[in-house]
Amino acid sequence: MDITTIIHSLQAKFPGIVVGASADQLIITKEVVKPVFEFLKNGPAAFTSLHSITAVDRKDTVEVVYHVHSFAHRVMLTVKVILGNDQLEVPSLTLLWGAADWLEREVFDLFGVRFEGHPDLRRILNPDSWTAHPLRKDFQMDGIVPRPVK
Amino acid sequence: MAVNEKILGSELIDKVPGGGFVLAKTEDLFNWAKSSSLWPLTFGLACCAIEMMVTGGPHYDIDRFGSGVFRASPRQCDVMIISGTICVKMQDSIKRLYDQMPEPKYVIAMGNCAISGGIFYHDSYSVVKGAEAVGIPVDVFVAGCPPRPENLLHGIIKLQEKINSQKVKTA
Ligand code: SF4
Repeated sequence: MDITTIIHSLQAKFPGIVVGASADQLIITKEVVKPVFEFLKNGPAAFTSLHSITAVDRKDTVEVVYHVHSFAHRVMLTVKVILGNDQLEVPSLTLLWGAADWLEREVFDLFGVRFEGHPDLRRILNPDSWTAHPLRKDFQMDGIVPRPVK
Repeated sequence: MAVNEKILGSELIDKVPGGGFVLAKTEDLFNWAKSSSLWPLTFGLACCAIEMMVTGGPHYDIDRFGSGVFRASPRQCDVMIISGTICVKMQDSIKRLYDQMPEPKYVIAMGNCAISGGIFYHDSYSVVKGAEAVGIPVDVFVAGCPPRPENLLHGIIKLQEKINSQKVKTA
C-alpha cells in the first residue's frame, strides 16, 4: 500500500479531506479528527505509531500537526488540523495512542491548544504559574526572564 | 613538614634553614589549606557539565589542584561550578543549593550560559541571563562555549590565587 492509495481510501471514507502542500500531507477539520485517526490506526494502512504532535502559529490560525508512521507499509503521513485563534480546541488522541499524552501536554504548554478529553492537561515544561504560551506569536516575555541588575 | 617548592602557596611558608620546622602566618596557612582543597558540588546543568566531567577524569586530572572531590551534598562543598544553561524553572533550585553551602563558599561561572545566557541571550523565554541575574555572586568567570578543560583548570587556579590573597576574618 503506498501513500496515494492510503489517501484515496481515506478520501473515499471521509469526503472533505484535502491534500496539503506535498503528497503525504493531509488537511482535515477538527470534527473528523477522532474517526480519521481511528481509521488510520486500526484500518488497513496500520499507522500504529504516533511520531509527534506539534503546532504552528500562523497569526490568525493555529495549525496542529500530527505525524503518524506505518511500520507495515513503511510510510509516514502528516496530518494537519487548522484551528481559528478564538477556538483552540481539538479532540485528544490519548485513547488511541498512549504517546499522545505528553505530546499533547507539550503543545498545550507552548501553544495553548486545549485537547478535549485529555486525562491530565497540565504544563509539561514551563513553570505551572505561567499563564502565557511562549511559542505563540503574540507572546510577551517582559518580566519572565530575570536579567542582571545594571 | 616537607614543602614542595612547586605547589601553590608554598612561597607563603618559610623553611627555617637547617631546621626541621617551618614558619608561616596563620592567615597564609588557612588560605593555603582552603585553596588547596576546593571541593566542588556535583552539579551540572547542560553541555558545559560534560566538559567539567572530562576535567575530572584522568586525562586532565583536576585532583592535581585538590578539587577532585566532587561532593553530592551542598553542605560539604566549597565551590559551586555553575556549568551550563540556567533555566527559569531551575533558578530557584540553584539559588537554594547555593544558600545551603557553608561559608566560605565560592562560585565559578563556567561557560557563556552561566555568565550571561550565552547563545540563548536573545529572545529566549526560558533561559536566565546568567548566574548573577539569580543573585548568586560569581568569583571567577570562565568564558567559552563550552570552555576547554584547561580553561576550567585555569579558572580554578585563578580562584586559588584569589583565596590566597584574602584576609582571614577574626571575630
Ligand atoms: S556555554 Fe555553550 S557549552 Fe556551555 S552550557 Fe551554554 S551552550 Fe552549552
